[in-house]
Amino acid sequence: MPWPLPYPFELAFMQRALVAGVVVGIFAPMIGTFVVQKRMSLIGDGIGHIAFAGVGAGVILAASPNDPGMLPVWGALVFAVVGSLGIEWLRARRAASGDLALALFFYSGIAGGVVLAKLGGGLNASLFVYLFGQPLTVDQGEIAVIVGLGATIVIAMLALRRALFAVVTDEEWSRVAGLPVGALNTVLAISIAVSVVAAMRVVGILLIAAMMVLPVATGQLLARSFRGTMWWSVAIGVGSVVLGLALSRIWGLVPSGTIVLIASACFALVAVAKRGVALRLRTGGAEA
Amino acid sequence: MPLAATERDGAGRPARGEVLVQVQDVSFGYGRIRVLEDVSLSVRAGEFVALVGPNGSGKSTLLKVLLGSLAPAAGTVRVLGEHPERVQRARIGYVPQRPNLDSEVPATVEEIVLAGRLSRRGWWRPMRRSDREFVRHALESVGLAQLAQTPLNELSGGQQQRAFIARAFASEPDLLVLDEPIAGVDAESQLRFRGSIVHLIEEHGAGVLLVSHELSAVVSDLDRVVVLKGRVLFDGRPDELAAAGVSLGVHPEDLPLWLEGLR
Repeated sequence: MPWPLPYPFELAFMQRALVAGVVVGIFAPMIGTFVVQKRMSLIGDGIGHIAFAGVGAGVILAASPNDPGMLPVWGALVFAVVGSLGIEWLRARRAASGDLALALFFYSGIAGGVVLAKLGGGLNASLFVYLFGQPLTVDQGEIAVIVGLGATIVIAMLALRRALFAVVTDEEWSRVAGLPVGALNTVLAISIAVSVVAAMRVVGILLIAAMMVLPVATGQLLARSFRGTMWWSVAIGVGSVVLGLALSRIWGLVPSGTIVLIASACFALVAVAKRGVALRLRTGGAEA
Repeated sequence: MPLAATERDGAGRPARGEVLVQVQDVSFGYGRIRVLEDVSLSVRAGEFVALVGPNGSGKSTLLKVLLGSLAPAAGTVRVLGEHPERVQRARIGYVPQRPNLDSEVPATVEEIVLAGRLSRRGWWRPMRRSDREFVRHALESVGLAQLAQTPLNELSGGQQQRAFIARAFASEPDLLVLDEPIAGVDAESQLRFRGSIVHLIEEHGAGVLLVSHELSAVVSDLDRVVVLKGRVLFDGRPDELAAAGVSLGVHPEDLPLWLEGLR
């Protein structure tokens, strides 16, 4: 029985998409604020690719490749967590720079995913659900997973926000100050992996990083503090999901892509408006 | 301010003259290149010590050894009576050379300085009103109270450096270690810097180890100058260095020139 919401959210499948999407719109930008400050904006993308290998592994393990159930999700979770810890390990030991470490895992992940999925006989349209997301077909079980994982991430980020802020902002100082830098970086890496998997069904592996980074890019234009950036980013993330889902229903567009396009349109609008205000202030000052 | 003196979490202030840093015959090398050779150095509570030396003289390496990020090949290091890796971190205030705070995300001065409270009260604990009081006090002592809510990247280089000093102050350190904090900083910030260091020494009895080439702003407050070039070439009062013909105050360019000559 659907809730009494107005069009375009009056149907049960739209409402499930809305719940799943809003949860992603909250936790992805929240974790993204730390990721952007750490200058690892593309890590969501890298982990997404690794998660794809996990999807492939899940398809192999499934009894029937065309109906693998939740196995691809658990496969993605295991691969993403191991991969994110690997990237952090390489970065922390300076064995590879942050973006080189990402690239190593990025390409191995997508290649592994294709090989594994083909081995499992599941290289078909069902993989598209994981690559590009399909919020309109999310079922109750998946919503429970998304909400559970999302709530865990939000609680972890809020509880550790000050220590995480110190570490992502100034790692050398944090180490001297005695903060558990390695442990906090590990918590952040695992949280990124978990959020990638939780968001996978909604925006898809290829667009997950966008929901972590684009709202933050807009938020940092609007805010003057780290805290303010985080809350602006969450507001923009949730807004993009709601508007994106609505427009995709009204105009028959792909939901995940529409959500991300709205998020990038927000950035463009705010950047142009801010530039306009700055210009007006400058010319106003010149006239006076 | 009495705040810091009354609200310390258990540990009392060090007694004046208590040895805070004791480096004894320390040697260190990167591969076959010797960087430090039989270096000895001490900093006592209430003492203001400057460490100077030409580029590549091992100053940064010595700081890393002191802060526990490098282990010496030979010799012993005691910081606040402990092995550097075991010392209670909140008791050391550290101001890094070039904090990489060309921040992607805006962060206010207050947010940066609040981080300094994490090591003092436990990084997992929520901040209380008393923590904000400490932050306010730390910001006042470096003259940035008015700019608490300003994003750090809107501040001048000198103001940013003062924010990092306030972050170090916020943990109520017994020992303050500063790595080239006033390089290229404006005159007002240098004055403020001097005032806040003197305040920390006089009011809180802390010891200060300053690595810098620009000592003119603080020359009248220094207790000792240590000249390092792989080994300790000089360790004594500034006037003794002046007697050797090196001026720290009147002609500030003399010290860098002399250090160059040491190569």
